[in-house]
Amino acid sequence: MNYFSQAIAWIADPANASGPNGVWARSWEHLWYTILAVVLASVIAIPLGYLVGHTGRGRGLVVASSGAARALPTLGVVTLVGLVLGVGLIAPMVALVLLAVPSVLAGAYAGIEAIDPRTVDAARAMGMSEWQILTRVEMPLGLPLLIGGLRSATLQVVATATLAAYVGAGGLGRFLFLGLKTQDYPQMLAAALLVVVLALILEGVFEISERVTARRLHTH
Amino acid sequence: MTWVLNNLELIGSRTLSHLLLAIPAIVASFVLALPLGWVANRYRWSRATLLTAAGLLYAIPSLPLFVVLPSVLGFGVRDRINVIVALTLYGLALMVRSAADALASVGMPVVLSSTALGYSAAGRFFAVELPLAGPVLLAGLRVVSVSTISLVTVSSLLGVDNLGLLFVDGFQRGIIAEVLTGIMATVALALIVDGLLVLAGRALMPWTKARR
Repeated sequence: MNYFSQAIAWIADPANASGPNGVWARSWEHLWYTILAVVLASVIAIPLGYLVGHTGRGRGLVVASSGAARALPTLGVVTLVGLVLGVGLIAPMVALVLLAVPSVLAGAYAGIEAIDPRTVDAARAMGMSEWQILTRVEMPLGLPLLIGGLRSATLQVVATATLAAYVGAGGLGRFLFLGLKTQDYPQMLAAALLVVVLALILEGVFEISERVTARRLHTH
Repeated sequence: MTWVLNNLELIGSRTLSHLLLAIPAIVASFVLALPLGWVANRYRWSRATLLTAAGLLYAIPSLPLFVVLPSVLGFGVRDRINVIVALTLYGLALMVRSAADALASVGMPVVLSSTALGYSAAGRFFAVELPLAGPVLLAGLRVVSVSTISLVTVSSLLGVDNLGLLFVDGFQRGIIAEVLTGIMATVALALIVDGLLVLAGRALMPWTKARR
């Protein structure tokens, strides 16, 4: 328990708060990495997930490749890309996007797959084009599961973004690795606590957006 | 390829210690998740509490957990037990939800009719609910096994022996082949264990295969 109070004291210490290596700057950096990774993963995974969900083709392939992607050790991807492309933000970003893609993909196609086929058939019978079915029926109805997928992706990325500092990028992992090297456990624990706080904030944002979408779907 | 051939013995021993970290954690999280999943379904308050706690557990970055646990548990920093406990916690974070969903997927009519047939609560759990929850449990266990095997590698940053040391060592010495070998060995290990779980599932639950 002693480490915990020391860690809290470390966070509260004004000397650690400001500056480019301060708690605030590193937390923003961490948040920014997380958002960037999830957005990039969404750009890849959402259209692909919609394509699979709408056409019903390639589902087996998607499930198998997300399984394989889950098995990819993030630390391995970070170090591999770090060695090939040099240290910096690219290596951890590639690894974080790879980490986020399976969850977003699963959320996107599962959201469409879970829709009652009769609803889609009814839309088709009303004369909607395939594009209209996708954008006006399947996308809104699949939104809750998509948000669920984004939520678990974000949670995984925010916890794993600490590894970015191992290959020279920033984020809260900086404090972790510095603490690891100097055996400064309170500093490591402080970094961990900050990551958990960040995760809690993001969870809160998702909780609210899930409730808002649920309410919207019910009033329409 | 030459790096692999020159270091076969090293890869073998790292793979073995990798498995010795991952398998106890996978088994422990499965065994512990069952009663927790049961409790989660039993009461309304316990479901929300347990599932939220499990979700937040997953948000704790693994590296500091590997570092902090020794001081909480009182073992040495490089003691393997810390890694196993940490991995079990992450496994639980995923498995409790699966176990709760799996047990909830058993229909109420089935539960009621087995009670009517004279099963005791414990007998019903083991003879009726557990086998019927099997397929969903297996799906959860497969996710836990794959992610645990991949997560083991993070503990190598603390110097714990497993396939992740190939990343750390390869990165520090600039040997791409070594890092690549580590990645492929980890993925292969995860896929092999996953395949074994699927086979075990077919052997233990032959009815799931017949239905397809």
